[in-house]
Amino acid sequence: MPKPTAIIGQVILYGAFAAFIGYFATSPKYRQIADDVALIKLSISHLGDRECRKRTPEELAKMPPNMRAPMDCPRERSDIRLEMDLDGQPVLRTVMHPTGLYKDGVSTIYRRFEVKAGSHQIAVRMNDNLVKPGFNFVKEGEINLRPGQVMVIDFNPDKGGLFFQ
Amino acid sequence: MPADLTRVNSPHEGNQYNQRLIVTGGTRPGPPVSFHSILRKGASSVFLRIEEALDGPFGGADNPLRHLGALGLYLLWIIVGSGLYLYTVLDTGIDAVYRSIGDLSREQWYFGGVLRSLHRYASDGFMLVMTLHLMREWCYGRYHGFRLYSWMTGVPLLWLAYVSGIGGYWIVWDQLAQVSATATAELLDWLPIFSEPSARNFLTPDSISDRFFTMLVFIHIGVPLLLILGLWAHVHRISHVDHLPSKRVMLATLLALLLLSLVQPALSNPPANLAMIPGALDFDWFILFIHPLTDLTSPALVWLLLLAVTALLFALPLLPHPAPEPVALVDPANCTGCDRCLADCPYAAIAMQPHPLRPGFKLAVVDGDLCAGCGICAGSCPSSTPFRRRDKLVTGIDMPQQPIHLLREQLEQELARLSGPQRVVVFACARGADASGLAATDTAVMPLLCTGMLPPSFVEYALRGGADGVLVNTCRPGGCDFRLGDRWTRERLAGEREPHLRQTVPAARLQLCAAAAGDEPALSAALNDLRARLGNEALASDRLPPYLRRVSNHA
Repeated sequence: MPKPTAIIGQVILYGAFAAFIGYFATSPKYRQIADDVALIKLSISHLGDRECRKRTPEELAKMPPNMRAPMDCPRERSDIRLEMDLDGQPVLRTVMHPTGLYKDGVSTIYRRFEVKAGSHQIAVRMNDNLVKPGFNFVKEGEINLRPGQVMVIDFNPDKGGLFFQ
Repeated sequence: MPADLTRVNSPHEGNQYNQRLIVTGGTRPGPPVSFHSILRKGASSVFLRIEEALDGPFGGADNPLRHLGALGLYLLWIIVGSGLYLYTVLDTGIDAVYRSIGDLSREQWYFGGVLRSLHRYASDGFMLVMTLHLMREWCYGRYHGFRLYSWMTGVPLLWLAYVSGIGGYWIVWDQLAQVSATATAELLDWLPIFSEPSARNFLTPDSISDRFFTMLVFIHIGVPLLLILGLWAHVHRISHVDHLPSKRVMLATLLALLLLSLVQPALSNPPANLAMIPGALDFDWFILFIHPLTDLTSPALVWLLLLAVTALLFALPLLPHPAPEPVALVDPANCTGCDRCLADCPYAAIAMQPHPLRPGFKLAVVDGDLCAGCGICAGSCPSSTPFRRRDKLVTGIDMPQQPIHLLREQLEQELARLSGPQRVVVFACARGADASGLAATDTAVMPLLCTGMLPPSFVEYALRGGADGVLVNTCRPGGCDFRLGDRWTRERLAGEREPHLRQTVPAARLQLCAAAAGDEPALSAALNDLRARLGNEALASDRLPPYLRRVSNHA
């Protein structure tokens, strides 16, 4: 049977163990972003365009019947150029490359921008076929962000291209 | 005929040391001094002092720091037990998980809520204990040689434990889960392993579905199962594993965690909403510390840190370290195949195989890679008794650096040298308290590789050879460098384990002491206690009949 002093010592030490776990299991508090900050997430996953050529009737005739696809498309996808301006200032200028060993996968990007809550002017431009000049997808607008709000900039051809959410 | 030892004993010829007959003085050839060795030595000194300080209130057997592995396993069983109940009440679905766990804490706070809190706090405790266990083994240099396997199998468990812990936070799907899931996905996306950023799964409230939670539950159950499997492998090559700490430690730990669960129940934060970043959150720094670290630095730096630490842990055994101890050697002619060395070896380094020369008999075989060179097997061998007649005492299994024959010769020489009214022989572990200072004209000091290598019959042999008393010094309980040396010694001398000390040996003439390195005053006090007892005239009548091997009728 342990001595009373040993028992007291054990109680103190087990108590300290529990207190240590209890404290660091909840404290100190952690805040990922400041109170007056909002978050813009630019996240796009898109298959770049490619230049297809229409096969001539002669070419099709030479092909086996089961392989007569009217269009001749390369496997590789185009890089995608993406730009983003925030309040008139360029915050992103990048070229997204297709994934895959044969560069036939989607091009992706995921960026976070912490901005002060409030009103902001955003412009996003994208060109998914770099053979052609300029930008074939553009989205501009003024947004009003609350503190802690997450705004997403995404791309979906079915939703008309670039969109804010 | 012991000439063919190496061939019979082990295929690891390179690990045999039968040419090196060195009686240990307690120190092995050390590695070259390096920053690492200085750091490790300093850390081990601090760790040892804390450990020994805790021996005061706890005692060696109940000292949690001496049983961190067993304590970790115990916490894991608490996690598993409480987790099984939580699984039964968990509804998988975006809203359902939050609601079902929240209801548990509110409506069944006295049972389900407590189990939930226990689950969380035991997980935190497990991370803490696991980290301390890792640090302790590193401090004491237990990562190379015969411990290499346990070290290497332990490193991946850190990752599995961490993945299990972090996944548990996601299941609740509250704001903390949202922060953790998003931050983890962003961290993972830094690695070129996904074709699409996994963080896209947490872009908006519509991004996740009920399927996510079904998968999460599978992960949160599957990874811990892998962890348990890994733990089995981790302890696979040691014997007499402490699967659980002592009952007192278990009860006290459970009570402490229960009390914490009642005082500060683990509750959910508000439900996750991917459209908003949560404000200040109660944060579990044991498991989720990686997210603030990433926010403070960068994913690249965190990955670099994690991979570098993992690589360093794997590479530690490659750093210079003390030369390995010579391993045990079996003498087939004297091995009776009794299994005692097999039963006592702390590292499962011994196996029994059919005796090549005696049909129907077994022979011990030593795996040189696993042998710690502690000599516990030599102490367990019934052939190690010094009362055997032959001049050259060859035992069944022996240590080349301190053979039993040499131990007997040394003891006989010391006994012949001793003079005075109270002649005492001190058998002392070379890794425990330094006993050399006790040597005197009436005191003989016999250092041992580990007291576990002392056949109990040597105590009787010393007493019948002229000693008035014997002092055996082990390391502190639970502090044996070879895990079981102190325990086997105590049990053998108490007659609870074979080979046992014969009951005819007067208990008053034997003093057992547990003094670790630095405890020299305690060892000295134990010797004084023994001398005081020997001074009692009542002891004069219990002297054993003398036995002098060289003139005995058996000789």
